[in-house]
Amino acid sequence: MAIAENLVTTAFAKDAVLDCRLDRLHYGSFQAVRDSHIPVHKGRITGFIGPSGCGKSSVLRCFNRTNDLIPGFSFDGQVLFEGSDIYAADIDPVAIRRFIGMVFQQPNPFAMSIFDNVAFGLKINRYKGDVAARVEEALRQAALWDEVKDKLKRSGLSLSGGQQQRLCIARAIATSPTVLLMDEPCSALDPIATQRIEELMLELKERYTIALVTHNMQQARRVADNTAFMGVDIAGGRRTGYLVEFGSTDQVFEDPREALTREYLRGKFS
Amino acid sequence: MAGEPAKTGNHGGIARAPAAGERIADRLFRGGTRVLTWLVVLLSAYIVWEIGGSALPAIREYGLGFLIGTEWDPNAGKFGVLPQIWGTVYSSFLALLMAGTVGLVIAIFLTQGFLPAKLETAFRSIVELLAAVPSVVYGLWGIHVVIPLLRPAADWLHAELGWVPFFGTTLSGPGMFPAALVLAIMVLPTVAAISQDALRAVPHKMREAVYGMGATRWQAILKVIVPAASSSIFGAMVLGLGRALGETMALAMLVGNSNQITLSLFSPANTLAASLALNFPEAGVVEAGALMYAALVLLAITLIVNVIGASIVARSTRRLEGQA
Ligand SMILES: Nc1ncnc2c1ncn2[C@@H]1O[C@H](COP(=O)(O)OP(=O)(O)OP(=O)(O)O)[C@@H](O)[C@H]1O
Ligand SMILES: [Mg+2]
Repeated sequence: MAIAENLVTTAFAKDAVLDCRLDRLHYGSFQAVRDSHIPVHKGRITGFIGPSGCGKSSVLRCFNRTNDLIPGFSFDGQVLFEGSDIYAADIDPVAIRRFIGMVFQQPNPFAMSIFDNVAFGLKINRYKGDVAARVEEALRQAALWDEVKDKLKRSGLSLSGGQQQRLCIARAIATSPTVLLMDEPCSALDPIATQRIEELMLELKERYTIALVTHNMQQARRVADNTAFMGVDIAGGRRTGYLVEFGSTDQVFEDPREALTREYLRGKFS
Repeated sequence: MAGEPAKTGNHGGIARAPAAGERIADRLFRGGTRVLTWLVVLLSAYIVWEIGGSALPAIREYGLGFLIGTEWDPNAGKFGVLPQIWGTVYSSFLALLMAGTVGLVIAIFLTQGFLPAKLETAFRSIVELLAAVPSVVYGLWGIHVVIPLLRPAADWLHAELGWVPFFGTTLSGPGMFPAALVLAIMVLPTVAAISQDALRAVPHKMREAVYGMGATRWQAILKVIVPAASSSIFGAMVLGLGRALGETMALAMLVGNSNQITLSLFSPANTLAASLALNFPEAGVVEAGALMYAALVLLAITLIVNVIGASIVARSTRRLEGQA
């Protein structure tokens, strides 16, 4: 079975923009994730599902090296972005993060105006076009424009939680990154905003690539082309996450190869 | 059941209304803090009242002319504090300019991951030690070390750039610049420590967000992290300024005690606090009254600076955090 799985993953890895070959991920001496080879395909949405604490966010944050900011973090393995390892010594993480954008699990707007929040990425990338138009477009795509168009000068921190989350989505998509990493982008949104963000993801994947962590199984089914299901090993009181199964969403949901996946999808554990 | 749930409380759950004892303790605590707060306010008012009372004859005698008079001559009965006001404000702002810049740079350097955590704490303690040095020691150090050290540079600046008002005179000994420089070192620990706390208080997730966008370290620090902490950093500056305005001993030793109004950095000057300290011991009744008036002026300046500072801090907090 392990061989079969490897074959499947290898087949999938062929046209991946991002190919994560994680061997071990540690926070200090705590091993949070092991052996997870997950490809993220160009022009598709890759969903990450699994119980809380299994390391979905940790893996996602490796894709653009945001974990580097955490003291004690260490990563064994490779993450290939368009063929080259972003963890290689000669790679500048700053450049990587400009091409691989991220929407975090918790909204984190900057302490500046709504407009400046969205324009920030444009400024650091020295965008020469019409900044205001680009900001408006991003805010419209993130389904936030109507709510903020009259108060663009107000602080981003003055918005409600769900509005802040959409502001962060707008900020991330304003620069049209090659890959967009989204960590539970809809967790604080009402059904209507959620639907608009899902539509946005489907629209964006035409041009970009998206990796999406979600606890909402329906959402994973609706939008994800491929799905990675992660589980947790509980060995000696330490919880280590790992990839249980990866495949097309239809296959993972309709005909999971692993018993664990089946149980999770039926709601049998955690 | 719908009648008085708060009092009857227990419906089988664990929640219950606070007991009478808890409510009394709470009320006592609130009462106590209120009393203490008012005590502080009353004490301040009492001090102002006392000084104002002693200054009243002088206020009647010299009126507002005291504030714009430039001479202090007890024998001729002439009292004016404009040079001292100028010296106080000029030296404090010069000191703040230096301490603010250096303090912010130190704070950035010690909080933004340039050093391992242990070194950060070590350096922080070293900077804070500066606050433990007594004022008079700073004064002595200024006279015996700083002034001789500054003299060659000051002479050179005066010779080469003498036409610039700041370098219009030579440094003959105590003067504005050595005073402001030592003042800056005295204010530095306050500014640096509070700025560090402010920078550390910027939420980790905001740092993650900015680095996650692909900002370079300097972009992240200068465009997001420092602005996010800016109202507290500004608060640090206001505190530093307050301290500089009132600093007495070191200035009395270093500023030169000469009542002139000049932009020149090297000429001797005077400040309100320094002239109070130097003139009180030998003052007659009339001069003592005038000095009380001067003390009141110093108090007013400090108060105004703090009120303006506090309101700017509050405004920028509101702007950054968006509370309406
Ligand atoms: N900064 C950190 N420092 C130390 N341990 C961490 C850190 N972040 C996460 N962990 C640990 O790593 C493990 C995986 O966490 P992670 O946040 O990746 O889980 P997750 O799958 O995203 O969970 P959730 O669905 O609840 O968001 C957890 O056991 C967590 O305690
Ligand atoms: Mg998570």
